[in-house]
Amino acid sequence: MTIAAETPAPPARVRGRVTRRLLHNPLGVIGGVLLLIVVIAGVFAPLLAPYAPTEVHFETPFQQPGTVGFALGTDDLGRDILSRVFYGTRASLEVGALSVLFAVVVGVPLGLLSGYWRWLDALISRLADLMLAFPFLILAVGLAAINGGGLTNAAIALGIAQIPTMTRVVRADTLRLKETDFVLAANTMHAGPWRILGQHVLPNAASAIIVQATVIMPVAVIGEAVLSFLGLGIQPPAPSLGIMLSDAQQYLFRTPWPGIFPGIALALICLGFNLFGDALRDALDPKSTR
Amino acid sequence: MGRYLLHRLWQSALTLVLASIVVFIGVRALPGDPATAMAGEEADPAAIAAVRAQLGLDDPLPVQYVKFVGHALTGDFGKSVRTGTPVREMIGATLPVTVQLAVFAMLVAVLIGVLAGVVAAVFRGRWPEWGANGFSLFALSVPTFWLGILAVLYLSVQLRWFPASGYVSPFDQPLRGIYYLTLPAVILGLTHAAVVQRQTRSSMVETLTADFVRTARAKGLGRAAVVFRYGLRNSLIVVTTIVGLQLGGLIAGAVVTERIFSLPGIGKLTLDSVFTRDYPVIQAVVLVITAAYIVINLLVDFLYTVIDPRLRVSGRTR
Repeated sequence: MTIAAETPAPPARVRGRVTRRLLHNPLGVIGGVLLLIVVIAGVFAPLLAPYAPTEVHFETPFQQPGTVGFALGTDDLGRDILSRVFYGTRASLEVGALSVLFAVVVGVPLGLLSGYWRWLDALISRLADLMLAFPFLILAVGLAAINGGGLTNAAIALGIAQIPTMTRVVRADTLRLKETDFVLAANTMHAGPWRILGQHVLPNAASAIIVQATVIMPVAVIGEAVLSFLGLGIQPPAPSLGIMLSDAQQYLFRTPWPGIFPGIALALICLGFNLFGDALRDALDPKSTR
Repeated sequence: MGRYLLHRLWQSALTLVLASIVVFIGVRALPGDPATAMAGEEADPAAIAAVRAQLGLDDPLPVQYVKFVGHALTGDFGKSVRTGTPVREMIGATLPVTVQLAVFAMLVAVLIGVLAGVVAAVFRGRWPEWGANGFSLFALSVPTFWLGILAVLYLSVQLRWFPASGYVSPFDQPLRGIYYLTLPAVILGLTHAAVVQRQTRSSMVETLTADFVRTARAKGLGRAAVVFRYGLRNSLIVVTTIVGLQLGGLIAGAVVTERIFSLPGIGKLTLDSVFTRDYPVIQAVVLVITAAYIVINLLVDFLYTVIDPRLRVSGRTR
């Protein structure tokens, strides 16, 4: 009883250390704050946006930023840029989160299986190699063309394209953890493979999975923008930062602003994830001295 | 060494065959019927069936696949469903544009990336490092296609420094050709410059703290000589690999750049064929890009063992 009280549970201590390290990294804090702003903008888009994203004002097209009623101006159909940026950010985050979820749900079990059983490894690793034989963008464009447009289909296409890298990360960690003493100890206690994978390997591979997720997220966000820009992702009139940029390109010579704000939003999302992801990787790495 | 090369060669060939099957099946999974597209939406069923038989779409899939591969091996990818032009001619006209763009972009990426990487490694912990690292963070976070749009707006439309779109072959008119490709190549190369910068920096930092570099300094060798003759030379192994791996991705990344700058490259051909469901073109183009990607990765692997002799040991048969 007293012994248990004197030694606090390790996970809580580890978590405290990670948070402390994150807070001591200025770039990580900046990334975290950016992410917070972006997520709030996306989640509360319906509350924050002054207009509906598809609401047109034919009498006031091409308004400059700073116009009364339209803080960031309007586009060719008189749609409010600010509202569309809010909803576009929301769509970007939705696609990003969905494709990360997809890559995790499919990629992590595949990685665990291929790391644990050699005969499965031959099959799964060959499949991953095959998928990696296609350039990422070509794979995403092809999958999006097969699936058809729309937010969910774009997310699935981008998620599938990310599965092989996630599988590789988890496989490498499983291979490493399989040889550790605590797994060998569990083995001697007749723990089944599922119990070992679920209770011993997976929790210890969690930090690698989280870091990989922060790598996937900005790639998926830009991927969505690219697919939508090319006309293969989210379909108009639904708001997407990529579609806004593609629209803006057609009348850039008249007013540049509709082409500037969606790009800034995209850059902030990706910068947030890149900074926070880098800091998280440093904080989770027990070998780093920072 | 020989055994390793053979193994990698065999592996790549196998991957290419599997990739061709995936492409073949993928194209057939595209929504829309090519025979209907070719005969026209209002054509009567008999006419559609005739087109279908003529295209060989009635054959079982394995038969269609063997025919497709057999023809592809002789360079015959069929004809475009839309225009009737042989696909080989379409690829022959567009691939050089993309290769020129990719090579030019790679040069830009290496120049900027290596320079920024060396600066970051040499001036560790001081403002030049923050500048160089800030650049790569910026280039990795800002979507390049947005930068491309802005570049067209400010540098082409407003300042008129560069042409907004169009292509002139550098082989016909060298100066004009390079001038037309400059802006697209810089935009396409920026992200890759960031990757090269990060790799060069971490590799240089490692080399510059090595014992032989300290010995060189102790001998009285100048700082610049140590950085370039010792540090950079050893870091180039890593840089070469990264450059090779990026080149494959560059060809795919050209899809977006070509769209923004209206360059008649293979990326534009890919998109056009996807939108018009021109399936012989789609499968040929994707196969060619993927094959290029696989071959480039294979060459990088070989080059790697040539540059770094330590890697030859594991596969050596002697």
